[in-house]
Amino acid sequence: MVYRAHVLISGEPRCLAKGAQEVERALLTRLHELRIADEVQVVEVGSLGHGEQGPELVIYPEGTHYVNLTPEDAALIVEEHLLKGRPVEKLRYQEPPSEPLPPPSPKEIRVVLKNVGKIDPENIEDYIICDGYEALAQALTEMTPEEVIAELQVSGLRGRGGAGFPTWLKWSFARKADGDKKYLICNGDEGDPGAFMNRRVLEGDPHAVIEGMVIAAYAIGAQQGYFYVRAEYPIAIHTLRVAIQQARDYGLLGKDIFSSGFDFDLEIRMGAGAFVCGEETALMQSIEGERGMPRTRPPFPAVSGLWGCPTNINNVETYANVPQIIRKGGAWFASMGTEKSKGTKTFAIAGKVKRTGLIEVPLGITLREIVYDIGGGILNDKKFKAVQTGGPMGGCIPEQYLDLPVDYETLASVGSIMGSGGFVVMDEDTCMVDIARFFMEFTQDESCGKCTPCRVGTRRMLEILDNICEGKGQPGDIERLETLAGYVTAGSLCGLGQGAPNPVLSTIQHFRDEYEAHIYDKKCPAKVCKGLIEYIIDADACIGCTRCARNCPVNAITGKPKEVHVIDPEACIRCGICKQVCPVEAVHVE
Amino acid sequence: METNLTQIHEVIEHHGTNREALVEILRDLSQQAGYLTPEALETVAAQLNLPAGEVHSVASFYSMINTRPCGEHVIRFCEDAPCHVAGGRAVWQALEQTLGIKFGETTPDNQWTLLPTSCLGLCAVGPVMMIDNDVYGNLTPEKIPEILARYTGGDA
Repeated sequence: MVYRAHVLISGEPRCLAKGAQEVERALLTRLHELRIADEVQVVEVGSLGHGEQGPELVIYPEGTHYVNLTPEDAALIVEEHLLKGRPVEKLRYQEPPSEPLPPPSPKEIRVVLKNVGKIDPENIEDYIICDGYEALAQALTEMTPEEVIAELQVSGLRGRGGAGFPTWLKWSFARKADGDKKYLICNGDEGDPGAFMNRRVLEGDPHAVIEGMVIAAYAIGAQQGYFYVRAEYPIAIHTLRVAIQQARDYGLLGKDIFSSGFDFDLEIRMGAGAFVCGEETALMQSIEGERGMPRTRPPFPAVSGLWGCPTNINNVETYANVPQIIRKGGAWFASMGTEKSKGTKTFAIAGKVKRTGLIEVPLGITLREIVYDIGGGILNDKKFKAVQTGGPMGGCIPEQYLDLPVDYETLASVGSIMGSGGFVVMDEDTCMVDIARFFMEFTQDESCGKCTPCRVGTRRMLEILDNICEGKGQPGDIERLETLAGYVTAGSLCGLGQGAPNPVLSTIQHFRDEYEAHIYDKKCPAKVCKGLIEYIIDADACIGCTRCARNCPVNAITGKPKEVHVIDPEACIRCGICKQVCPVEAVHVE
Repeated sequence: METNLTQIHEVIEHHGTNREALVEILRDLSQQAGYLTPEALETVAAQLNLPAGEVHSVASFYSMINTRPCGEHVIRFCEDAPCHVAGGRAVWQALEQTLGIKFGETTPDNQWTLLPTSCLGLCAVGPVMMIDNDVYGNLTPEKIPEILARYTGGDA
C-alpha cells in the first residue's frame, strides 16, 4: 500500500494533556467519512518540537506543521489540506523571525555576545558548560562583597545604558546605604528606535544576565530583584521566564545559594508601552504600579529607590559583563578599550550601510572602522554623510570626525552620546533637518508630560521643524530652536527631556547650511522634504509612454500618448511614483 | 469583546491586590479583552481599594493599555526609522488598503484595530508588525492579505 500523505501526530504528555487523543479521533473519523482513510497514513509519534503549543501534527510530503489543534481543527485539516490540497494557514506553526548572528569580523571581540546564537538559551546546562555560574560560585564562596566591588573597580566597567556611570561606584553607594531591605533592578526597557542589543542578549544568553545580577545582589546586599522588560519583547520574556525557573531549580536563585547563606530571588516585571520607563526613576514608579513618571534626583536610587529602599539599577549589558569580569579578573577587562572607557560595547548598526545588524567592538575603535570595515561601507557606494549614535537623545556626527575613537567622552565632545548602542548610518540622500524632525516627533510623543519645558517645549520645537521642512521656515527659526533647546534641557528632570534637543542641536552644529538652505533658499539639498521639492518631467527624455500618468494617484500628470507629459505642481503630492515607474528616467526631482 | 467580571477576578487573583500589581493587571486585562471599559476600571479600583481616578491615570499612561474600544485582533505596526527605511511605508499602505481603515481605527465588523507602535527591536528583519502576540518580520505588501487571512479563516 502506498500512501499519498502521512500525518504524524504528537503523543507527548503535554499534547495528550491538551486533548491530542480527541484530535486524533476526530482526524480519523473525518478521514473515514470522506473515504480517504486508506490514502492517508496516521502515525502517533513522540515530540514534534512544539509541545508547548500542542496538540500538534505534521503532514508530509509537504511538511506542514499545525499547532494548537482542537478536534474541529483536525476535521477542517482533513477536508481542506488532505482532501482539497489547501493548507490551513491559520493553524500553521509560525516560525519566529530568525536573525542568525553572523561570524564576527576581525575588528570585533565578543564578550557580551560570546554565547548568543551558540547555546540553547532554554537549557541552563548549555550555559554551565560554557563556564556559566562559575563566577557566581567564586564570588559567593571566595570573595567578600567588598572584594567583588573592588574587582569591578579594577575592570573600569561603566554603565551600558547610556550615561556611563562607573558600575563599581554605583554598587558601593548601594552597599553603604543604610537599610535592612535593598533591591536590585535590571533595566531591560530597551526602547531606542533601531537598538536591539539587549533583546538579543536576553533571548540568546539570559543566564549571563541573571548570573551578573546575583553577583551584584551579593555585592550590595539585596535579597530581592526585579527584571523590568518591555512588553514589546514577548520572546525575551518567555526565554527569561524559563531561565529564571531553571536557575531556581538548580539552586542558583532562592535560599542559601551555593550553601553560602546568601538568599536572592528574581521577579519579572513587564512594561506596558512607555519609552520613558527606561529612565531609572520612572522605571521604579512603573514597578510600583504607578504612572511611569521620573522624579527628582537626589535622592538617588542607591539611597532611596523602590519603595524608598536603597536600590541598585543597571542595564542588561552591564550585568552581562559582570560574570566574565569576576572569572577572568578586572585586569583582563581593563586590557580592552581606552583609558576611561574599558571593555567592549554592543551596537546595532542600521541605516545605509552594506551590512547591518548586531556587533560588539572594543571601545576606542574608530567610527570609520565600524562604518567601513565592519559595516562594509555605504550602501550603493554613495557618500557618507553622518552617523547618529545614542538614539533619540543622541546626536549626528559628520564625516570630519570619522576617525575619532568611540568612547563616552569623545562622543560627548562632538555633541552626541554613547547611549545604549544605536548606530544609524546616513548617506548623502538623508536630509538632516528631516532626521532632527523625526527624532523630535519621537521624543515629543514619548514625553511623559510631567515637566512643562519638555511637554510644551518639544512640541514647539517640532512645530518649528515641521514648518522648516514644509518650506515655511522663517528667519530666526534656527536661533529660536537653540533658545528653546536650552530651556528644555535646563528645565527637565530626566534624561529624556534633557537629551531631547540633542538631535536638533547636533544637526544645527554640524549641518547649519542645510537648515539655512531650507529656510532662506527654500531648498532641501538632499531632496527629501516634500514641501521643498518638485517633480519635473524632462521634455527631451520623455517618450510619451503614459505610464506616469496612469500611475499617478491624484491625476496630476497630463499628456497624450507619444507626446511629452507634464506634472501639475499644484496637484502633485510628491509621492514619487512617477519617478519609480518611468522606464527612461525622465522624471527628476528639483 | 469587553471585560467581564470573571475575567477581572481571575486576573486579580493571579497578580494579587497589592498596589504594585496595578500595571500588570491592567495590561493583562487589556490584552485579554482588547480594551478596558470604564466599568472594568472601576471594578479594578474597588478590588484594589484605590480611587478610580488613580486607576484611570495609570491606564491612560501606557500605550499597551487600551481604554478605547478595539477589534478582536490588534495590529501594531512599527513606525520607527529602521523599518521605515526598509520599505515600511508601502506595507503600512497595504495594511490600510486591505483593511479599509486608517491607523488608529477599527474595522466596522470589529475584527481589526490598526495601531502604530514604537520600535519592536526586530530591526534586522524589518518592516515588522505584531498581531496580538505574534510577530511578523520581513514584510512586503504582498504578504499582508495572506497573514491577515490566518486570523479570520480565509475571508479577510
